[in-house]
Amino acid sequence: MDEAKRARLGKLRWHCRRALLELDLVFQRFWEGTGDEIDEETEAALARLLEMEDHDLWDLVSGRRDTADPQLNGMVERLRRI
Amino acid sequence: MLNYTVRKFDAVIVGAGGAGLRAAIQLSEAGFKTAVLTKVFPTRSHTVAAQGGVAASLGNSEEDHWHWHMYDTVKGSDWLGDQDAIEFMCRKANECVIELEHYGMPFDRLDNGRIYQRPFGGHMSNFGEKPVRRSCAAADRTGHAMLHAMYQRNVKVNTQFFVEWQALDLVRDADGDVLGVTAMDMETGEIVVFHAKATIFATGGAGRIFYSSTNAFINTGDGLGMAARAGIPLEDMEFWQFHPTGVAGAGVLITEGVRGEGGILRNSAGERFMERYAPNAKDLASRDVVSRAMVTEINEGRGCGPNKDFVLLDITHLDPATILKRLPGIREIGIQFAGVDCIKEPLPVVPTCHYQMGGIPTNYRGEVVVPKDGDPNAVVRGFYAAGECACASVHGANRLGTNSLLDLLVFGKSAGETAVENLKAGNKAHKDLPQESIDRTLARVNRLNTQTGGANVHETRLAMQRTMQAHCGVFRFKDMLEQGVAKILDVQEQVRRTEIKDKSQVFNTARIEALELDNLIEVAVATMVSAEARKESRGAHVRDDAPDTAERPNGRDDQNWLKHTLWYREGNRLDYKPVNLKPMSVETIALKKRAY
Ligand SMILES: Cc1cc2nc3c(=O)[nH]c(=O)nc-3n(C[C@H](O)[C@H](O)[C@H](O)COP(=O)(O)OP(=O)(O)OC[C@H]3O[C@@H](n4cnc5c(N)ncnc54)[C@H](O)[C@@H]3O)c2cc1C
Repeated sequence: MDEAKRARLGKLRWHCRRALLELDLVFQRFWEGTGDEIDEETEAALARLLEMEDHDLWDLVSGRRDTADPQLNGMVERLRRI
Repeated sequence: MLNYTVRKFDAVIVGAGGAGLRAAIQLSEAGFKTAVLTKVFPTRSHTVAAQGGVAASLGNSEEDHWHWHMYDTVKGSDWLGDQDAIEFMCRKANECVIELEHYGMPFDRLDNGRIYQRPFGGHMSNFGEKPVRRSCAAADRTGHAMLHAMYQRNVKVNTQFFVEWQALDLVRDADGDVLGVTAMDMETGEIVVFHAKATIFATGGAGRIFYSSTNAFINTGDGLGMAARAGIPLEDMEFWQFHPTGVAGAGVLITEGVRGEGGILRNSAGERFMERYAPNAKDLASRDVVSRAMVTEINEGRGCGPNKDFVLLDITHLDPATILKRLPGIREIGIQFAGVDCIKEPLPVVPTCHYQMGGIPTNYRGEVVVPKDGDPNAVVRGFYAAGECACASVHGANRLGTNSLLDLLVFGKSAGETAVENLKAGNKAHKDLPQESIDRTLARVNRLNTQTGGANVHETRLAMQRTMQAHCGVFRFKDMLEQGVAKILDVQEQVRRTEIKDKSQVFNTARIEALELDNLIEVAVATMVSAEARKESRGAHVRDDAPDTAERPNGRDDQNWLKHTLWYREGNRLDYKPVNLKPMSVETIALKKRAY
């Protein structure tokens, strides 16, 4: 893996440190499942999701709310299945 | 050796949760150049998770008084709380909550426009008579709303934020004065000394020392580790509050509201066992009573599942519509983390570590205090602490719900105010930086960067968490504690030689986690050693060999143990100091058996 990608993934991993344990656990499983095998599309979608406020993000991931945004939706679906 | 640069501030605050943000407002408003360091974006601090509310005797729905609140808090603390600090907190509550309202906090309101208040466990009117409405909330996002309001305020008054910076160590000179912190910029790996005249720790709790915890991963007790390494003792670390209902295996909190709506705890035989332990309150008895009953069931072989290591929280008898309406989110938590739909099947739960009552010793002014020359509470110049990392001590041996958010506001503000006072009165110039103190941090980071053939961070952390859970949980046993001390010291040896494979500079999460483990282990050792030594039961510290007798109600031994523990890292040594039973203006709340 090149240095730039390693740095980007490190940042994404760190942004998965959340204020809610619920989200920490979901993202922990996500990384255990994928390791560093992440394509650019996933990277971009994840980065956008991680910009959200914790409670809103948990509402999405837990299925209490849905999103119409196609880029986010695919990622949310993936997290829900974890 | 590693390189570093120096930056100068009047004040540096480590932590941007409720306590840190509140302290920063005070300093920036007074015009002092203030830096706030935080591992994560401020509004992602763990305070966001708090939903229940913040206590204040506003009396908006019914009569209430700070003196009643004070009584409840002293009683809740099982008389280990310092009564001057408790009076201070309860008297300041209204002012602090109203200030927050002025910062823009969207509290729930009554029709007449005043803040709506709801009842919460342990908060009573008229010195313990009946429950009172004292908790102020903003829907189920109280902590989140609080952080947003205070963050905005800080931006307005020009607080300088250093986001995604990890503070590494205190800088303390030969006189014992604190002169700032060393910290690492996660984005570059660069090390910077933040040279300051006032240093405030607001780093939150360390709930991740236990295997089963309601705390998010961020709660690694960094402030406590840094203080301990700098020779500051940690106070009352044996006292940890366990919440009865964390999802087994995951820790995620299931609110008390579930039992409030009629949820029932059952053992492997399907028995509603709380009827035996608390015939009146049953499943709604106080947190410590329910947690102990659950552990007794498990220990006596009546736990559920293949390993008989949890009990069940049953709401299958409730109308599904009620569950969805009154207990939003619970079903999703069950499905995600237990693979159980609670409408059809009961949820597996265990008592789970929730809140740390002990911490860095402070007085009610937020100044860090240590024993020196016969004074048990001598001020450490330049050093302050507030919030869950600090021990003022208002929670004593057991915290009341909603008193923690209050603690953040009152003592965050108080620490900020005292720092302002001292900055105005003190020297204009910064004291010289002590090279030795900085070198110690550099050596620690260097050791980690160059270690080979060392211990795996993840496995070592797990060993620590399992040791704490098994040997120092809800219910404590003499033999287990003694073995626990030996085991945790073994784990400590492993922590001293952790190894990371990834040596990169930019967002190296492996290194961040290894550095966090350095802090967690200090807290774990402090907890185990302090717990082993305290030969009584009090509040959240319950020992099998200190049972409830007529002479020692609830196993509490005031004659020998009405005192605060102080654990020193050096030599793993314990000391004790008296509890302050003298309030500021009212009479002492006299010792009594704690019963509800
Ligand atoms: C699930 C849950 C629900 C709760 N509900 C309630 C409730 O309803 N009412 C109530 O009163 N209490 C509640 N509590 C307790 C309360 O939320 C916490 O005690 C409180 O929020 C702690 O606030 P704090 O400001 O001390 O720390 P935190 O909010 O945890 O903030 C700590 C800050 O320190 C920073 N930090 C830590 N280490 C470093 C480092 N090395 N370098 C730089 N920055 C660092 C972090 O980035 C963060 O900004 C709850 C707790 C939990 C777990």
